[in-house]
Amino acid sequence: MGQVVFLSFPRRRESRYLKLDSRLRGNDKYNKMSTIYILWLRQLKRYVRSKQRMFASLAQPLLFLFAFGFGFGSTFAKAGEGSYIQFLAPGIIAMTVMFTAVFSGIEIIWDKQFGFLKETLVAPVSRFNIMLGRTLGGTTVAFIQGIIVLLITLLAGFKPALSGVPLAIVFMFLLALFFTAFGTMIASKLDDMQSFPLIINFLVMPLFFLSGALFPIVGLPTVFNIIVHANPLSYAVDGIRGALIGQHVFSFGLDALILFVIAFVCLYIGAEFFKRIQA
Amino acid sequence: MNIIEVKDATKKFGDFTAVNNITFSVKQGENFAFLGPNGAGKTTSIKMLTTLLEPTSGSVVLNGFDVIKYPDEARHSFGIVFQDPSVDTEMTAYENMELHAVMYAVPKSVYKPRIQELLELVDLWDRKDSLVKDFSGGMKRRLEIARGLLHHPKVLFLDEPTLGLDPQTRNHMWSYIKNLNQKEGLTVFFTTHYMEEADKNADRVAIIDQGVIVASGTPAELKESTKSATLEDAFLELTGKHIREESTGMDAKRLTNRMWGR
Repeated sequence: MGQVVFLSFPRRRESRYLKLDSRLRGNDKYNKMSTIYILWLRQLKRYVRSKQRMFASLAQPLLFLFAFGFGFGSTFAKAGEGSYIQFLAPGIIAMTVMFTAVFSGIEIIWDKQFGFLKETLVAPVSRFNIMLGRTLGGTTVAFIQGIIVLLITLLAGFKPALSGVPLAIVFMFLLALFFTAFGTMIASKLDDMQSFPLIINFLVMPLFFLSGALFPIVGLPTVFNIIVHANPLSYAVDGIRGALIGQHVFSFGLDALILFVIAFVCLYIGAEFFKRIQA
Repeated sequence: MNIIEVKDATKKFGDFTAVNNITFSVKQGENFAFLGPNGAGKTTSIKMLTTLLEPTSGSVVLNGFDVIKYPDEARHSFGIVFQDPSVDTEMTAYENMELHAVMYAVPKSVYKPRIQELLELVDLWDRKDSLVKDFSGGMKRRLEIARGLLHHPKVLFLDEPTLGLDPQTRNHMWSYIKNLNQKEGLTVFFTTHYMEEADKNADRVAIIDQGVIVASGTPAELKESTKSATLEDAFLELTGKHIREESTGMDAKRLTNRMWGR
């Protein structure tokens, strides 16, 4: 269907042997790194400047934390499961990271609509590096939001094991990378802003509710159990919760492996989709 | 020397042929106007020239580089001001310039003075730290022109650069583009719907209609061959008087964006 494929790699390699006005050409390796860096920095600047976005994306996790945490707290304790805030906080942290990460994909649609994407697409840099810079930027933003919520849960009475924090940070980062790449993947295929939240609601909300973020995933009915096990978010929640309060179903190795693999699969597919965007 | 060389370039979208076998060339240092009614294939042609669309067949060579075989070299060779704004409104003018410089691998020691020079040229240096969302349409356009020139391109593409600008800004803009054209030998390739603008500024003109180049030459030649008093009359003579349909959704969106000054 007249699909145009951009910039296959062999062509670029071949082009290295061409001479060009030295003023036009900087150091290639430096150029790649700095392109990724400047696009990463752009995401961060946009995040810091958009205070509304920062607060708005904190509202939902906090609502869940307080409504569920204090609402179900006594029932949870009576069922002999201990403190619900302890159990819930890691799930809420995972939720924040996931939502912020996926929503960073919307910026690609935004840039498509407001034209900035074209500026990056006519630049003499590979699309993979453009996508990578943006994705790492989105990942960093989601990660920071997760840290902010972690600090807020401390105020709500969450008492994590400090020794587990570094490991939890690793899981938060992998989770952020995975869902940012996932958001990029979806956004590269969409053209209008309206459809993005719809897809998020049909894909991401179920992932959240069926992940063990809100309830323990032991002793579930079979079908439910299969869904929970097939949900990558379950492994992120499990890893973060395991690191912070020592309560986990899977091994850390399995949690990390699954997140790592799926993050890279999404990154790869996202890059392929991004390369095919037509301006 | 021909800085732009287009040979038998065709672009099809499914069954629809947007650009049909066009051949033309632009000399180094020329001011070249690419004219045509709405939907004639102007923007598709520009997209092929600027590596955003790959031609279905034919070749496009820019500054000696085939745009399909050597896209990065071709990209280094041109600057572009798109029909629609393409600046990041959440960043400052300076940050937009800096991002461009980094992507085009201009070393910091070169781009710092260059950014100042260009922003002064377009009278935006004192606003360099303002967010672009606070800029007027004309200021954004000026910023885009400065940005397009930042990496010392050989060719500057301007896709309807003066649409929606007041006569003062328009006049100002053309005076510094022509200045660069004369001083640095910059080749300018532009599209416009204002025929008097093309008449006044272009050394040579090509007219495209329904994906085919129907005429080309100096404005004087076109007027003479059609026995018209103005370029506008010549244009109407060559392309007919009926009004064209714009069919794509993109155009509607473009208009909305324009209307709201984005």
